[in-house]
Amino acid sequence: MIHQIHYLSLSTMLFIIGIWGVFLNRKNILIMLISIELILLAINFTFIIFSVYLDDLVGQIFALMVLTVAASESAIGLAILVVYYRIRGNISVELINLMKG
Amino acid sequence: MYLLAIFSPLIGSLISILGGRWVGSKGASLITCSFVSLAALFSTMVFYEVALCGYTCHLYLTTWISCGMFNASWSFMFDSLTGIIMIVVTYISALVHFYSVEYIAEDPHRPRFISHLSVFTFFILLLVSADNFVQMFLGWEGVGLASYLLINFWHTRLPANKGAIKAMLVNRVGDVGLTLGLLIVFYLFHSIDYATVFAAAPYFKHYSLNLFTFEVDALTAACIFLFVGSIGKSAQLGLHTWLPDAIEGPTPVSALIHAATMVTAGVFLVARCSPIFEMAPISLSIVALVGGITALFAATTGVFQNDLKKVIAYSTCSQLGYMIFACGTSNYATGIFHLANHAFFKALLFLGAGSVIHALADEQDMRRMGGLAYLLPFTYTMMLIGSLSLTGFPFLTGYYSKDLILELASTTYSVPGHFVYWVGILSVILTSFYSFRVLLLTFLNNTNAPQRWVGHVHESPSFMSMPMAALGIGSIFSGYLIRDMMVGTGTDFWGAALFSLPYHTHPIESEFSSTLTKWAPFLLSNVGIVLALLLNVGLSRFATNLQLSSLGHTLTFFFNKKWYWDNVYSYYLIRPALGFGYNISFKALDRGVIEIFGPLGLTKSLPLWAKQLASMQSGQLAHYAFMMLVGTTFLVTIVELWDVIFLFLDYRTVGVLFTSALFIMSGF
Repeated sequence: MIHQIHYLSLSTMLFIIGIWGVFLNRKNILIMLISIELILLAINFTFIIFSVYLDDLVGQIFALMVLTVAASESAIGLAILVVYYRIRGNISVELINLMKG
Repeated sequence: MYLLAIFSPLIGSLISILGGRWVGSKGASLITCSFVSLAALFSTMVFYEVALCGYTCHLYLTTWISCGMFNASWSFMFDSLTGIIMIVVTYISALVHFYSVEYIAEDPHRPRFISHLSVFTFFILLLVSADNFVQMFLGWEGVGLASYLLINFWHTRLPANKGAIKAMLVNRVGDVGLTLGLLIVFYLFHSIDYATVFAAAPYFKHYSLNLFTFEVDALTAACIFLFVGSIGKSAQLGLHTWLPDAIEGPTPVSALIHAATMVTAGVFLVARCSPIFEMAPISLSIVALVGGITALFAATTGVFQNDLKKVIAYSTCSQLGYMIFACGTSNYATGIFHLANHAFFKALLFLGAGSVIHALADEQDMRRMGGLAYLLPFTYTMMLIGSLSLTGFPFLTGYYSKDLILELASTTYSVPGHFVYWVGILSVILTSFYSFRVLLLTFLNNTNAPQRWVGHVHESPSFMSMPMAALGIGSIFSGYLIRDMMVGTGTDFWGAALFSLPYHTHPIESEFSSTLTKWAPFLLSNVGIVLALLLNVGLSRFATNLQLSSLGHTLTFFFNKKWYWDNVYSYYLIRPALGFGYNISFKALDRGVIEIFGPLGLTKSLPLWAKQLASMQSGQLAHYAFMMLVGTTFLVTIVELWDVIFLFLDYRTVGVLFTSALFIMSGF
């Protein structure tokens, strides 16, 4: 029997994997974007689980909203990436260090 | 008339200091001299009305401070005590004014000098004529200020500066005591008017006061604090160190400070407060003891001084000791009597010394004088009169007061009374010894002065001689003339001005004391004179050998260095105080703790912290991501473990950590 808790642990694991992806990744900014997508998906998953579990439609509506936000976010992120690449010539995370405090 | 007697010196002073440019040096002298003479004239009239006719006068001008129960007014009270001191002060001051017109004639700052002399006179008149403690305190401080200005008259001289600062500061120590005394008086009586306080004093006889958790007798405490003021002003032992250094001023200033005005304020205070002192016998004993020890101390020190003015300064100190212990044995009238007489012969001695110094091109060391009796016969005569009067030669002024003080002390029924009698009788020998030592070294011995000085020695001009002559006449006659009035048997001259309990004084016993007691001061002063003659003329070689022996050497230094009082003060009091001021209160506290907790610590550590915080933003995207993760983790942990953390950490710990961080960051 698959319980609520299994779904939740799955989504949490996805979320943490996404965070680790952002955090541990030193090379490729694309992976970072993908990790962010993964985080958003994990959250979406959680929304849907709770929507089903609580028998409430709002969660799914919210999930749809998050999908659109995630899509636009990745579009804009990729656009920035392209612009960045055009200027700097590489997209290595290590070399993005112009934002010193 | 009453007010003019007080205020005319002030008017003269203001004219000469503010208008000195326009009235000129001579004009300023003329104006101040005439205003002080006017004050003397009016004081005579005041004295006639108030003291001789016995009409005590009380003048109310206006309210000064009125605040709740505290009520200080500008008002004057003239009774016989005020009258006698006013007359002494104004006369001596007028003579000193005349004298200094000529003495300081070549000085470019004569208007300033003479104006300060006048303002000095004004403040002492204000002091003695006040009818409440606060106005008296104004005069008290004013006299201190004027003495500072006068001692520091030659302000380009370093010793003058030092002497003036010392006079001011040592007096201030006494003034603190006086202030505390006034506070206790006000706390007890809820009034600072003489009339109220003195009338109520007997009712507070067994009243105790909680002073720093000690239960002390209230009146005793008040009297002791008031007497501390007297100690400062009258240069009694402990706070006497300023007086010998006050000779750095011009000689007329010394005459005014030592003879008539400043130092007498302390005796005046004790005499004025006699109704309180009588109710506190312990404080009377202290007064007597301090006065007696001062008399002996100053006499022994005076014997070994080589500076002409310093000998006379110590003589003043010693005579003040006599006055104070006369007051301490409840013979206030005798103390004031001696004060009045002493003013004449001490002013005479100082002015005579001034004349000698003037003649000898400002040389003050007696070892470089001698043989002046032939060249300065008039000055010699005057100094001889003054010295004989000081030693209490029969039928001169000093005889009437000094012998009486000793006789009265010998018949007291108390231990302090007998102590001061023996100390006083011992000081008599020393007094005549140093007086005649001065005469011998200055006038009678073979001269030690350089030849080029001796050729220029001349008698002082008339403006300097006439005041001396007047003082000489006063030194001969004043004691005889005012004796019956002031201390005669059953005189009612003092009225309510002085008060002594019947069982504290024994005038009749002293009148009928043994013949030997009566003769003792005279005999002993003759012993002193003979000793002075022997050791300075006949057996001078023996005296020199005695001084050069190891014990004699030690003793000579001990007395010449004033019993090492100044050394003890500077090593154990002044230097530690200065060290404390620099190392602890300035460096450790002001520049240390307060600055580190305040501006310095913050300015030094905040930028450091800011830099460290800013360096966390490396620009690396991964670092930002890491910080985000750490931050989130930290926040979640704090929220989850809040209850546990709160057990170990509270805001006080945070405060301690924060301040210690300030210390570490500022590199302390």
